[in-house]
Amino acid sequence: MPEIAEAFAAALRLIVGWEPELVEIAGLSLRVSLSAVALAAAVGLPFGAWLGVASFPGRHTLVVLLNALMGLPPVVVGLLVYLLLSRSGPLGALGLLFTPSAMIVAQTFLVTPIVAALTRQTVSDLHDEYGEQLRSLGAGPLRATATLLYEGRFALATALLAGFGRAIAEVGAVIIVGGNIAHATRTMTTAIALETSRGDLALALGLGILLIALSLAVNASAQLVSEAARRAAG
Amino acid sequence: MPPVDARGTSILPLAFEGVGYAVRGVPLLADLSFVLEAGPCSVILGPNGAGKSLTLRLADGLLAPTTGRVRWLGPGAARAAGAKAVVFQRPVLLRRSAAANVDYALRLRGLPGETRERRTERVLAATGLLDLAGQPARRLSGGEQQRLALARAWALEPEVLFLDEPAAALDPAASRALEEAIRAIRREGTKIVMTTHDLAQAERMADEVLFLHRGRLVERAPAPAFFHEPRSPEAKAFLRAEVLP
Repeated sequence: MPEIAEAFAAALRLIVGWEPELVEIAGLSLRVSLSAVALAAAVGLPFGAWLGVASFPGRHTLVVLLNALMGLPPVVVGLLVYLLLSRSGPLGALGLLFTPSAMIVAQTFLVTPIVAALTRQTVSDLHDEYGEQLRSLGAGPLRATATLLYEGRFALATALLAGFGRAIAEVGAVIIVGGNIAHATRTMTTAIALETSRGDLALALGLGILLIALSLAVNASAQLVSEAARRAAG
Repeated sequence: MPPVDARGTSILPLAFEGVGYAVRGVPLLADLSFVLEAGPCSVILGPNGAGKSLTLRLADGLLAPTTGRVRWLGPGAARAAGAKAVVFQRPVLLRRSAAANVDYALRLRGLPGETRERRTERVLAATGLLDLAGQPARRLSGGEQQRLALARAWALEPEVLFLDEPAAALDPAASRALEEAIRAIRREGTKIVMTTHDLAQAERMADEVLFLHRGRLVERAPAPAFFHEPRSPEAKAFLRAEVLP
């Protein structure tokens, strides 16, 4: 497998060379995926927490549905967002198609169910443990839910990382709504897809190695912060 | 200072009026009628499964009775929600420092920062936890955790304190330390209502005993009378540590 050795050499050249184009691509990948995770957290954390403590008819069905949405196919989400944002679509007037914003929107749809479903699970477990005590201390539902989110902060950090992993690794949605335009909407994954179809397997694999390293770096730093906080809080 | 006098109007007495509790049609408590007055430490005694914890939760209002009703009869009944506190069998502590756990409860009552600090320090000192104030609560030993749960309840300066088998999971030394703290709370005028299946603990703590058996109040008596001359066959058998039918 000479490609493997070549790929590592290519990856090394890419990193050592620190080409502006590569930095741009890696930067866009991070920007899009981190923005999507931030938006997904803003929606998914409160929604998941609410679903974790609420009781109403149909809750169980909603939980099953939400869990199933964790497996949304990126290409389908990409297609739906494409239809939404295309010139004749309901949000076409915004002119977002083939921009990083469109990619953020698409990835937000992918990540939100993951964050919400994992939050639901975490908060639900915590609610079993703390619910009665918080109620006896006089915490209303809103305050109690906020407390449970805070109590579950370490598990929830993992949920956000899972969401980030999903976003940074997917290609189907960003390629449809972004279009893989050089210097505009090209991300690590779309660049890999392009180089593969061009036949430059070594470069594609090199980019792949770099993508994994990037993802590893984000996870490791999050882990370090979380560990330190956990040690402090018990 | 007795909280009752400090506030002028008491929420006590607490009345159970024909209270029953059933889960999916299975009755767990039936026909409980009694009144708890301010003052004596009331111990709800009985074997496992007698319905002690349920009774305590109904008293606190964490559960609503299936039949009958639970009422605060005192002139201050309207502010009952803010005048009681509970300590559960297993301490439920938040993932933050010991002091922050107490502070959290005080914050929920909307108390200003200065009052919170003063009370936190006072109850931690009184429960022998002041040196551990900055430690993560969930790293404390079982006995320390339960004392912290008690300190948190104490800081609320409740008129009534409900304790659900507070020492069930503790070794004898930790258990005694906890009882000492409970006595200190009682000395300040707080009404103590606690459940236990531990006869020795009941004898040490109780001024009066409510003996539950199979979801019914079988006997109620002042502590000395109950322990020396129980009237009901169930209580007699329990005191002789017999297996009850």
